[in-house]
This record gives sequence, structure tokens and C-alpha cells, in this order.
Amino acid sequence: MTNSPNARGGRTSPLTPVLTRRWLSPRSWTLRTYEQLEGYVALRRALQVHPDQLIQLVKDAGLRGRGGAGFPTGMKWGFIPQNDGKPHYLVVNADEGEPGTCKDVPLMMADPHSLIEGIVIASYAIRANFAAIYVRGEVLHCVRRLHAAVREAYEAGYLGRNILGSGFDLDVVVHAGAGAYICGEETALLDSLEGKRGQPRLKPPFPATEGLYASPTVVNNVETIASVPYIVLGGSAWFRAMGTEKSPGPKIYSISGHVERPGQYEAPMGTTLRELLELAGGMKGGVPLKFWTPGGSSTPLFTKEHLDVPLDFEGAAAAGSMLGTTAVQVFNETVSVPWAVMKWTEFYKHESCGKCTPCREGTYWLVQILRRMLAGEGTPADVETMLDICDNILGRSFCALGDGATSPITSAIKYFRHEFLELCERNQSAQRQASESALAGAH
Amino acid sequence: MNGADGAAGAAVSTEAVEPRADRPGGADGSGGPAGSAGSAGSDTVDTAVFDELTRQRAREIVARYPRSRSALLPMLHLVQSVEGHVSQAGVAFCAEQLDLSFAEVSAVATFYTMYKRRPCGEHLVSVCTNTLCAVLGGDAIYRRLATYLGTDGRPLGHEETSGEPGAPGSITLEHAECLAACDLAPVLQVNYEFFDNQTPESALELVKELQAGRRPHPTRGAPLTDFRQAELQLAGFFEGRESDVDGPSAAPETVRGARIANERQWTAPPMPDEAPMPELPEKKERGQA
Repeated sequence: MTNSPNARGGRTSPLTPVLTRRWLSPRSWTLRTYEQLEGYVALRRALQVHPDQLIQLVKDAGLRGRGGAGFPTGMKWGFIPQNDGKPHYLVVNADEGEPGTCKDVPLMMADPHSLIEGIVIASYAIRANFAAIYVRGEVLHCVRRLHAAVREAYEAGYLGRNILGSGFDLDVVVHAGAGAYICGEETALLDSLEGKRGQPRLKPPFPATEGLYASPTVVNNVETIASVPYIVLGGSAWFRAMGTEKSPGPKIYSISGHVERPGQYEAPMGTTLRELLELAGGMKGGVPLKFWTPGGSSTPLFTKEHLDVPLDFEGAAAAGSMLGTTAVQVFNETVSVPWAVMKWTEFYKHESCGKCTPCREGTYWLVQILRRMLAGEGTPADVETMLDICDNILGRSFCALGDGATSPITSAIKYFRHEFLELCERNQSAQRQASESALAGAH
Repeated sequence: MNGADGAAGAAVSTEAVEPRADRPGGADGSGGPAGSAGSAGSDTVDTAVFDELTRQRAREIVARYPRSRSALLPMLHLVQSVEGHVSQAGVAFCAEQLDLSFAEVSAVATFYTMYKRRPCGEHLVSVCTNTLCAVLGGDAIYRRLATYLGTDGRPLGHEETSGEPGAPGSITLEHAECLAACDLAPVLQVNYEFFDNQTPESALELVKELQAGRRPHPTRGAPLTDFRQAELQLAGFFEGRESDVDGPSAAPETVRGARIANERQWTAPPMPDEAPMPELPEKKERGQA
């Protein structure tokens, strides 16, 4: 890749380190390093303006949620009712668990203060005096770094009472989860943070009016909140100089799987897989690409036909998938699509919280069918059965977990139906010979 | 975490629901072992295993939150730091600290994968077998470890323990879902510290080291201790372990993009010296000054 202007922004470098800028610095996780590298400068600036100006700034910047859904962040903040007499809360969703997603964990390990600075600014904007970071329990080193950073921030006066003399108070708690993917769903996360089973709530009411403890709450992803200090420092025009009109800014693309150099690559929104593969040294051993996810296993699969799809919210959607978390998982020709789909489906079955019948039962039966296929005992009708089950899950559960579970299956059948049918062929001759009753009795 | 687990939890809990009504405000109780045993009333679960330090820590957890029940998840981690799993006593302890019923705590404890219902080994080894790790060797790693740790030709099962739970060198093995380290696949964790880019051979070597009482350094994370110490930290207590925070975190993969950008002098667009701040939106002004 050359340094020539890219197809979309026309102005930026192929990589635009903003969130990842400090990651190479020694002891980047300490307050000392952070302050030496412009840390908490944005906070001083933010505390001098009206909170509504900050909400407007984030709206103007066009920042969209980095946790997968891409909801406009400034609009979400603007939904918080003011002068309602209720406490407000900010909850950071750091429950990174979508298969393939591995951006927030390195961010929190390398640069926890950028998240904390973003939390203080966001809390000031929405008038929250309590914020929680709900972090996955399995990433102990993140938990540790966050606790240490919060402690440092309190000692330096960036948290606590009367922050930097502004009169604004904020307490931040680091809250370790306990191993439940569903808690990445914002209302399940809130229930979990309230000390309950992590099961999604019916919406409305939305968290903006009845969130944590039934009070107005903003739930934002780590990468979203960590972007805020840079927007305060650089302004909305600077932020919009990266990415596309409707998906502005830089984004951490996490490339994993069959590539030569997997890793974290922060590039402007709208970067394509072809460009990312160049940065990542191409396909491992030159074995050709077969399929990939643009943003985690819940985003419908792409194939080698999609190398030039701009990976922003609009581009991924127009091509039939979703941007998700920009967790780019790359699989080469050696990987069986039905096998990969079975593994993902086992994941959704395990993580379904059990609240909604279509998701709980549907994922269970999908796993049974896929396992049977992989064991060479499937029939072509199973493909249609799976599509039918997916149709009965999609849009019929409280949260998006069920929807996500159907994505790998329906997209895999769309692009690789022949692989499922080939698996069943082994069974074809046996099928003809078998008695009808034996098949009818299969269970 | 599925329906079956929940049903089991509810069944266990029914017998313990009753004593709640006559229990004084949980977190305010004096908290001595004898007192807490008494407060359980007809419930025979003895929580004396939780000493005064643990009770003090439980109160500290409660103090972090606007509402006490939010303390339940970290408190269950605290319970595991004492007993190596969530026992009946652990459930009762949380219930009395938070003035919840046994059923309410049990329902939560059985929902989450990280709360273990049987005593864990000195070390918990979690192997990611989600699709991407699996295709790069995660399944093979898990099979190799399960076979090695098994007995009489039977591989060790998911969440089963090799050795006497808690004894030196004992190991609980589990297959884990995506551990958010896909660029470093295949990965495993020991007590939730990362061992990246593993092979069946390196994983087997690691497990043998753990069995022999040695503690190889994780790729990313703090020097290994044991499962219980990890659970104490998850509950938010780091006394005497402050230097753990300095354990390595940036694998070459983590900083690859940053390094390439640095080498090729690729940067984000320069920020203006004084970025403009939007005017105060008029419609929002009323009542805000």
C-alpha cells in the first residue's frame, strides 16, 4: 500500500493512530505517561464549557457507537432528560465477548486513562455523578489496570469531589462480570450490574429513561467513550477528516485468523479488507481466502467477492452484512464452512440466556442439526429446516443475541449452500436404503 | 448458563427462602461467625468459613455502589477467593450480607459461567475453543490437555479437576468461549492470565509445569498465583499485589498497526491548535444555567 489518498477520505493515511497512539509508549498505562502525552487536557477544556455544548460537539462529530450497533453517540446522550430530579448514570460496556472481537481489551490494558478521561467528560455532559465500567471477568489484567488507573485518577483529582475545581463530582467503579456473553447486551448488562441474572429487558422503556436503578442511563462501548477526549481536543471537523460522511472517525480493526500478521490496525472508517490484508501481510502462506466476518460472528459472513466493500456502517450494510465491532476474522480455503458455523452455533446455544423461547430452543436445535450434518447424517431437507428455524428466531426475541445466532447460518447457506449439501451427499445412498421408519424415528 | 442450571438453583433454594423475613439488615449485622450462624435461623448453612477480614471486604464492596445489591457479582468472586468455588455457605454468606434470600443469590450464582459450583483446582486452565481459536489449534490443545489430565483412558471433562481440588498442582480444565484475544490465537488462560499463540505441545508443557509447582509467566498478565488470588483481585482487592499491574500487556500483534504507522510516519490528520467548540444550543438553554 502506498501513501496515496484512499478512495474515500482522500486525505488521510492508510493508518490513523488516534486511540492506539500511546500504545507504543513505555508504561503507557500509568497516569505519568498519560499526562506527558496530553492526558487530561481535554477534560480541563470540557469542564469549562456547558455540558450541552459537549453533547452538541459529539453530535457534530458524528461519532457512532463502536460496540456494534453504530447508534449516534451524541443523540444517545441527548436523550437523557435533564432537570428530572433523578440521578443519571454512565455505564461503560467493557464486556467484550463477541467472537473475533479483541479491541477493547488491548485498549484498556494499554491506555486505561483515555477511557477514564472519556468517562469524566461524558458523565459531565449527561450530568451523571456515578459511572460504572462493566468489564469482562475473564480479562483480569484489564480489571487490574482499570482499578489502578481509577485509583490514580482519584489521587490526582480527576475523579471524586469537585473535579479540577469545577464543582462537578464523579465516582467511578470498576465492576468485573462473571462470564456471560449476554451481558454485552445493554439491558442485560444493566440487570447484571444491579446484581441479577443477566437477562435482557423489554424495550421500551429504553435505558435513556429507565436504565440503571430505573434512572436515566447512557450505556456506551469502551472505544466510543475513549474517542471522546480526542474529539474535544481536535474538534468535530478534525474527527470528520477521517472516515466517511455517515461513519466518520478512526476505527480499530482487529484482524485475526489466516493472515500473515494478525493484530490491531487503527484506520479510517471505510477501509476495505483488501487494504487491511495488505497491511497484515496477506493471506497466511498464500492460501486463498474463503470467508470472513466484517465485525464478529454475529455479522453475516463475507467472501472473496467482498474484498472491496468499504468497512463502515453503510458499506457493510449495503453489501448484506453489518460493521459490528470490526472484528475481521479471516478464514482460508482449508476451513469447512459448516464446521465453522457449527462452532459458532454452539457458542450461541451456550450463551443464550434462556429468557426467550425462540432463541433458547432454536439455538439448541440448530446445534443438533449441524452436529448431525457434520457427522455425515444430514439430509438436504436439514438446510431448509435450519433456514426455517432461523426465520423463527430472527426478530422474535428480546435482544439481538438470537438475531446474531442466525447470521452465520443464513449467510453461510447463502454463499456456501453446496458445502452443506455435499456433507449430506455421504448420507444420500444410505438414506435410500434405510427404512422410512428408521428416519422418522431419528431424534 | 441455561435453563437447566437455573432450575437446579431454584430447587436448592426453596428450603432457605423462609429465614429471610426475620433476619435483621444484612450488611449492618455485626458479622461475627457465631452471629451469622445464628441469623440463618432454621437454615443450617454455616457461614463461619468466612472470617472477619472477608466480612470487612464484603462491606467494602457494598460501599462502592449506590445500591447494595449491585455488590452481588463481586461478592461472589470474593466468596470464590475463600473457598475456590461458590458453596452453599457462599450463597448464604452473600444473602446475609445483602439482605437477599438464598434463592435470589442462588439464581444469580448459577447463571454465570465463572462461578464454579464444585471446588476448583489450584489453577484453572481455560482453553478457547471458539471458532477462530479452534481452527488455529484450540480444539487440538483442549483435546491434548483433557487426554493428559484424564485417568484410566478417560479424558478429563469440562470443569473437572485433576488432583485434589485446591491441593498444590491440582488443575481444573475448561473449554472457554471467545476470550477477546483473537489476534493472538490460539489462546488459553491460567487463572485468567493470558498465554497467547499456544500449540498443543506448549500447552502441555505449561500444564506439566503447573503440576510440578512451577509458575511460568503468562504472555500477558501478572505473575501467576492461583485461582483464589485471581478471584480476590476480580472482587477488587489488590493488597500486597500492587506490582501485578506492571505485568506485560502489549504483544507484538497488539501494537502491529501502531508500529507500522510509526515506521511509515502515517498519522491521523493534525489537530488544530484551538479546536472550536459549538455554541450552546438555544433550545436546551432554559433552566440550565
